This record gives sequence, structure tokens and C-alpha cells, in this order.
Amino acid sequence: METSVNAPVLSTNEEGYLRNYKEWTEQWASDVALRYGIVLTEKHWEVLRWLRRKQEEGVALTIRKVANSGLADIKQFYQLFPGGPLKISSKISGIPKPVSCI
Amino acid sequence: MKDILILGGGTAGTMMANKLSSAVNSQEWKIRVVDKDPLHYYQPGFLFIPFGIYEPGDVIRQKREFLPGKVEFLLSEVLEIKPEENSVLLKEGSVLSYDILVIATGAQVVPEETEGLKEELWYKDIFDFYTYEGSTRLAEKLRTWEGGKLVINLSESVIKCPVAPLEFSFLADAYFTQKGMRDKVEITYVTPLSGAFTKPRATRMLNSLLGEKNIKVVPDFYVHRVDNERKVLVSYDEKEVPFDLLVTIPVNKGSDLIGNSNMGDEDGLNFVPTDKHTLQSKKAQNIFVVGDATNVPTSKAGSVAHFEAEILTENILSYIQGLPMEGKFDGHSNCFIETGYGKAVLIDFNYATEPLPGKFPFPLVGPLGLLKVTRANHWGKLAFRWVYWHLLLTGKKLPVSTHMSMAGKQVEEKEVTV
Repeated sequence: METSVNAPVLSTNEEGYLRNYKEWTEQWASDVALRYGIVLTEKHWEVLRWLRRKQEEGVALTIRKVANSGLADIKQFYQLFPGGPLKISSKISGIPKPVSCI
Repeated sequence: MKDILILGGGTAGTMMANKLSSAVNSQEWKIRVVDKDPLHYYQPGFLFIPFGIYEPGDVIRQKREFLPGKVEFLLSEVLEIKPEENSVLLKEGSVLSYDILVIATGAQVVPEETEGLKEELWYKDIFDFYTYEGSTRLAEKLRTWEGGKLVINLSESVIKCPVAPLEFSFLADAYFTQKGMRDKVEITYVTPLSGAFTKPRATRMLNSLLGEKNIKVVPDFYVHRVDNERKVLVSYDEKEVPFDLLVTIPVNKGSDLIGNSNMGDEDGLNFVPTDKHTLQSKKAQNIFVVGDATNVPTSKAGSVAHFEAEILTENILSYIQGLPMEGKFDGHSNCFIETGYGKAVLIDFNYATEPLPGKFPFPLVGPLGLLKVTRANHWGKLAFRWVYWHLLLTGKKLPVSTHMSMAGKQVEEKEVTV
């Protein structure tokens, strides 16, 4: 699947997650966010940058880790990225879909 | 004399004590196990207690019974691990030092983590079944309950025995049907996951079973609080699910000891950052972690602890000899999923491979069927209690390979006609 409209054409998987997170650009992120009806604010960017940093550190992410980062509690995280905050914010930040451990 | 100290005498700690005790030179190494509770609970049995299938007496033994005579068992609470000093602090104020530390402190349910869960309705209309007390109290409740909305809710996605809530739902369906009151009970399964399970093929299979049994699924529901007055679950994004009887799987956390020692993962749930292949802690080379206490990305389950214990014993022996640790845990997990009416499903998977259909443990002949509802699987599940007490805890070899095997599995999705 290729991303469309304004976004630079980056390769994503069938669920829309970026295949190579290094190709990520802020413009691409803004366009993907818009498809979820989200206009990115500074608060969003803080979370997105934090997610990318954690991804580089090899940390498996969960909603609670975001909440414990001090950036946004779970409630605020839901307000920033309504629906499925971790899945949506991961997609916008260009990192792979979070894996639920089971 | 050198010391191996094992924190926790549950499933994982007991298996490690047995395996290490027969593997290390007892002239050189002393093995000690510390635990604050003298009783060993057969946790898989908690699932059956609410439905009167098991009696409380079926699931309790003394921890000491399952430890070898030469292993010292200390009944005490550990307050803190001090990795820099190679010692732990006990509640009585004494200090135990170690050369090798094995953390096997498990996971427990913490209803206090969710607002409104452990308040006026607790053990009246809200129950857990992951504790001895919860499962026995719930058994009393179900005996006289007249029906209504039964809601099964997972507070978090990382919980021990992740299939147990599904099994509970299936068994509840059978229980109320057999009591002739299924039409008076509406069963709803409320989960923070996007489906019944995390792995796609098992989820498809389980979703269709839930559908057949008329169990409604509410996915992507991350519970924020319980409104006791209105009897509703409220999610972080303000969705609501009403209940008459709530069976909760509260947030699971590792031991407080881990948090107090500042050794937990970043999510604040007190699971110990652990190398997912060697099972060495990320904090110190002479600290190893096994069972539910780790943060490795696989199920928190007895079968996992068993496979880990095999690998970890090998790695600790290599560590003692100063050799590289060659044992690589692959995330192997297998579990029976009770589906009611004397039948069950068996699944077998690891970090890389999702549960697939096929035969287990022997290709083609089984006798157990993977990802399929059969009577043999149910008998396998019941027989497992005997295996647990008599073979598993004491570290005996089982006819199941430590690494997940692809033998007998169908990789391609195909319909098999008989």
C-alpha cells in the first residue's frame, strides 16, 4: 500500500505502518495524523518523538510506558490519539505496530 | 561454599531449585529458596473452582514438599535486592548474600490499580478468580446467582495465563446451560485487545467459538474505572459497559520487592527487564529471572516457566563454568483452553510462530489436536494437574520439547476433510 494525497510516497505495510522508520518525515506524520482527524500539536510531537526515541532504544512499548514517561497520562493519551492511542501514535511516529505480548 | 539464592517458591522457583540441585556440585554450592507463603497453589485449578469442578483442597499443598531435602527453605519476606552488594534484605532485618540470584517472584493481581474495583461491590457483585479467595467466593456467588449481565473484563493486556478469561467465559456458558438458565444470562467479554487473542489464527478460531456460544465481545476497551453506583465499567475514552456480575482480571504486577529495589520495567508493573533468550537480568550478570517475574514477550504461564527453567539451568551451569551461555529460550508456550462440555483446544507457539493447527506432541498421531476443540485435549488438561504435582515441579523430563517444534503442524491454511 502506498500513502496518498499530500504525503510523500513512503512504503508502508498492509496496515499502513511505515516499513522503514528512518524514512519518516514530519510532513508524512502530519498527513497520516490528518487521516485520523488529528491536527498535531506540540504535545503530540513530544509523544511522537519520545516513541521514536524508545523504538531506537529497542524498548517494547505499552500504553503504561507512555503514561509513566510523564508526557501524558492514559486519559490524556486517549485524548491526543482517540480510538487506539498506542496503535495510532505508533503509526504516525513511523515505528512498527506495537506487539501485544501474550 | 557458594550460594545460589532463589526468590520465590512458586512454580518457576520450585522447578529451578529441583533442576539446579541435581545439576550443581553440592560440595561447592548451597541452594536456598526464600518465600513468604508456605503454601503452594496450583493456579490453573483456580479456573475450575467457581464452577464446582475442583474443590479448594485440590489446589493447595505445602511448598516444602516439592523442594529437595538438600535445598534450604526460608519462610520470610524479602524487602529489597541489592545487586551492588550481591545480597537481599529480609523483613526481619537480616541480610542474605548470594553468588547467583534467581528471581522467581511471579505476578499477582492488583485490583487497587483500577479505580472503583475493590470498593463496595468487591466480593458482592465483583469477583476475581485469579486468587484462591476470589475463586472460592465466586463459587459461592454463582451457586445462588439468578442471572443477568455477566461481564468478564481484562484490565490489562499483560496478564498471567492469558487464555484463562476466555476459558472462564466458555465454562460459564456451559455451567449456566447445564443449570437450565443460560437464557437468563448475557455473557460479555470485554478486552483491551483488538480481538479475543493476539495471534491472528487463534483469534479467528476463538472468535468463532465465542460467537457459537453466544458470548459477546467488546474489543479495544481499556478500563479506567468502575462506577459502583451505576454498575458500569467506564473506559479511558468514556465508553461504558453495564454489568450485574463482574468477573475481573485485575492489573497484573510483579512483586513489590522488584519496585522497591528499583529493578522493574518502565511501565511501572514491576516486571524485571530480562534478556529474552538467555534469561539473564539486564541489571547484573549474576542475576537471572524466570517465570512470570520476567518482562519477556511471551505468555505468563506454567508451561513457559517450565521451558524457561530447562534453558536457564543450562545457562546457569555455563555461567558457573565461565562459558558463554548457549541456551536460547524461544518464547515457547503451550496451553489448553477449556471450552466447556468436556472439551478443550490446545495451542502451541513461540516468539516467532503463532499457534497453528496440527497434532501434538507427536506428529500425525497426537493424541492431542492443535487449535481444535477435542475431548482428548480436555482430558489432557485435567491430567495436567497430576503431571504438575508429580513431574513438573520436581523437574522431571516431560515428553514435550523445550524448543517449539514445527513437526505435526500445518503451516498453510487449509480445510481438512475427514
